[in-house]
Amino acid sequence: MSVSSAPLAKGRRRIPIGAAIGLFFIGLFLFAATFAPLISPHPLGEIVGDVWMPMSGEHWFGTDNLGRDLLSRMIYGARTTILIAAAATALSFTLGSILGFTAAVVGGWFDMTMSRFVDLLMSIPTLIFGLVVLSVLPSNVVTLILVMGTLDSTRVYRLSRAVAADINAMDFVEAAKLRGEDRAWIIFREILPNALSPLVSELGLRFIFAVLFLSALSFLGLGVQPPQADWGGMVKENKDGIVFGISAALIPAGAIAALAISVNLVADWILNRTTSLRGGRGNA
Amino acid sequence: MPKAAMKRPHDESCSLLEIRKLRIEATSYSPGGDPQNTVIVDDVSLKLEKGRVLGLIGESGAGKSTIGLASMGYGRGGVRITGGEVLLNGRNILARGVQGLRKVRGNKVCYVAQSAAAAFNPALRLMEQVIESALLHRIATRAEAETRAIALFKKLGLPNPETIGRRYPHQVSGGQLQRVMTAMALCSEPDLIVFDEPTTALDVTTQIDVLAAIKDAIRDTGVAALYITHDLSVVAQVSDEIMVLRHGKMVEHGETRQIIEAPRTEYTKALVSVRSIEHQEKRPAACPVLEVRNITAAYGGHVKVLQEVSIEVHPGQTLAVVGESGSGKSTLARAITGLLPPTSGMITFAGRTLTPRLAERSTDDLRELQLIYQMADVAMNPRQTVGTIIGRPLEFYFGMRGRERDHRVAELLDEIEMGKGFVDRYPAELSGGQKQRVCIARALAARPKLIICDEVTSALDPLVADGILKLLLRLQKIEDVAYLFITHDLATVKAIADSIAVMYQGRVVRYGSKTEVLTPPFDAYTDLLLSSVPEMELGWLESAIKGRRMASGGN
Repeated sequence: MSVSSAPLAKGRRRIPIGAAIGLFFIGLFLFAATFAPLISPHPLGEIVGDVWMPMSGEHWFGTDNLGRDLLSRMIYGARTTILIAAAATALSFTLGSILGFTAAVVGGWFDMTMSRFVDLLMSIPTLIFGLVVLSVLPSNVVTLILVMGTLDSTRVYRLSRAVAADINAMDFVEAAKLRGEDRAWIIFREILPNALSPLVSELGLRFIFAVLFLSALSFLGLGVQPPQADWGGMVKENKDGIVFGISAALIPAGAIAALAISVNLVADWILNRTTSLRGGRGNA
Repeated sequence: MPKAAMKRPHDESCSLLEIRKLRIEATSYSPGGDPQNTVIVDDVSLKLEKGRVLGLIGESGAGKSTIGLASMGYGRGGVRITGGEVLLNGRNILARGVQGLRKVRGNKVCYVAQSAAAAFNPALRLMEQVIESALLHRIATRAEAETRAIALFKKLGLPNPETIGRRYPHQVSGGQLQRVMTAMALCSEPDLIVFDEPTTALDVTTQIDVLAAIKDAIRDTGVAALYITHDLSVVAQVSDEIMVLRHGKMVEHGETRQIIEAPRTEYTKALVSVRSIEHQEKRPAACPVLEVRNITAAYGGHVKVLQEVSIEVHPGQTLAVVGESGSGKSTLARAITGLLPPTSGMITFAGRTLTPRLAERSTDDLRELQLIYQMADVAMNPRQTVGTIIGRPLEFYFGMRGRERDHRVAELLDEIEMGKGFVDRYPAELSGGQKQRVCIARALAARPKLIICDEVTSALDPLVADGILKLLLRLQKIEDVAYLFITHDLATVKAIADSIAVMYQGRVVRYGSKTEVLTPPFDAYTDLLLSSVPEMELGWLESAIKGRRMASGGN
């Protein structure tokens, strides 16, 4: 085959427009979350004016159901929401993928016990399970992260076990076993790099579910406790305003949507980079 | 398309199929760069008269299948026909649009694919699929089509021709399925059939039957055929003319006899003389490096795949294990490596008794016994560079690090005739032959006493496979390593073996030095196996069929 025209431009890494937008919003949210006390115009719980004031030069997003500055609460809310969701996702992925890979590689009774236990956990609806556990345990951020992370890890476990079982049957893994490699090498060096693509795409999705799950919990009153702000809780606080044509609830809702879309745009981009069999060389 | 082509009068003593200055291109989207235009077929012209068979031969990537499909106006996977004409009965089919093509496909031109198992719909009975195109083109009524199909089944030598059509594809063997597919192509009485490597996926003993059936059917129906294959000795049996292709260009075109007996170009000469490796047979040494005593192995505890197998491999020598698929050759390799612990019997390696289970073996046992796989591309981790792949055994067995390791990797790359530039490449960036070379280097890195080669050349083009075999023989001289060479290809065996074990249905039916095994009198199976290997000689097929004593499987 003869190859004609178009010189191969190597090493060029242009960020596609979708990923750039995603990165911009994520950057914005992370910035707000990190420097919340410095940039928010008002403290978190301070009542600064009337209930549900419209947007104005002084209060950019208006005020909430108690007359607190909505922008300030959004900024503090970013902090809680992103911290909890990110930590819960990290926990669920670490736990789920390591256990899933191990189950696939070890097989036998370990696989059986783990898989049936996970089935058991998954047979109970996550929200109800979360509600029961959280109503018993003390309500603080650490508990919230642990409960959310553990519940979510069941789904990651299922995915990673399925992916790893496929890879585990391939000749290069068999070659590693014949060489006498231990399980850690097989899991982390042979299987993990090849399982990254589905895991990264799942990561984007799971993070969003974590945000939504946290919002749902807060909405039900078991998530972040007032006067702490989180976006889901803010939707709940301001939901009654919608009846009167007041848009305060839509702002945190919009922020959740923006975060969800941004994370997925970036996840898609990373996915595109890692699916190339040239080890992530190019294909940006 | 030029109008003149369409207005051409119908007769003009025209050929059945004429391809003029065909040019086929594809756009490939390489990572990190702009889309590239690749020319797959460049300026190929051919003519085919009624009732003649033209063999298209070449290595993979030569454009043979693409040309074959172009005769039906089809471009596979985004391939574009960008120039030239395909005249069928004097009419340019490329200028006739989708509707015109539909009238041609399955009616005037039919196609027989390489893998019949993948080409049949597993949910429909065979008869439905065989008569489908005849019904679709309203060539025959259902009853007529079925009668014709049964007659064709009979002609193609299928067992129970009346009832085989009621079976599902998984209920017949691979060789039978390939013949059913030929019946399917013949059922609508086309003018031209494109055979795309119809026997490549079959065992030699089955291949000969399918080949004979196809040849008879072509002769009796007077259909013209394009026969695509990479095996020159196969095409020599069925075709009247041969066209040799390389990189999408025609290399040589002529009568079969001329191509085989007096090739004009260097490339064709290389193809004809492939497997002319000189190898001096060695005498068995006093003590073997590997001794397998009466091993029996089974999958799932019931089906015995190996029964009482005993073999010996001598230091620095090659034992070839031959047999058709399902004979237990690969299972023998799995039993020796410990992947499938044998249920009884003993394996002695370098004076030590090997434990049946892999997990209980010492690092030295693992190191000195290496395995090379058939499919090099799945035997390497796609996310590791060549440097990592070859370097890992060095780290793992010898604790080499840093510069010492890199130096040894460079040495090994040199030994497999690949340069230092390959260290940073990923497997996806290598050709098929290069991949297999890297796998060989990975095995060599462990400084083994024995390498088990499981069909290492069967996925490769003949010339590339030749290179690999020569490399293996050269390395054997340098490193004094023994090979247990598993293959179904007797030409390979003749080229490299010192001793041979013939396996059939899980047993070793013939065993000894190469000369002993290949000297008559033969047992029935060895005779069948040996006589089924196509030879580059006209008229071989007929004499081979006549001379054999045992029918091959699936008949």
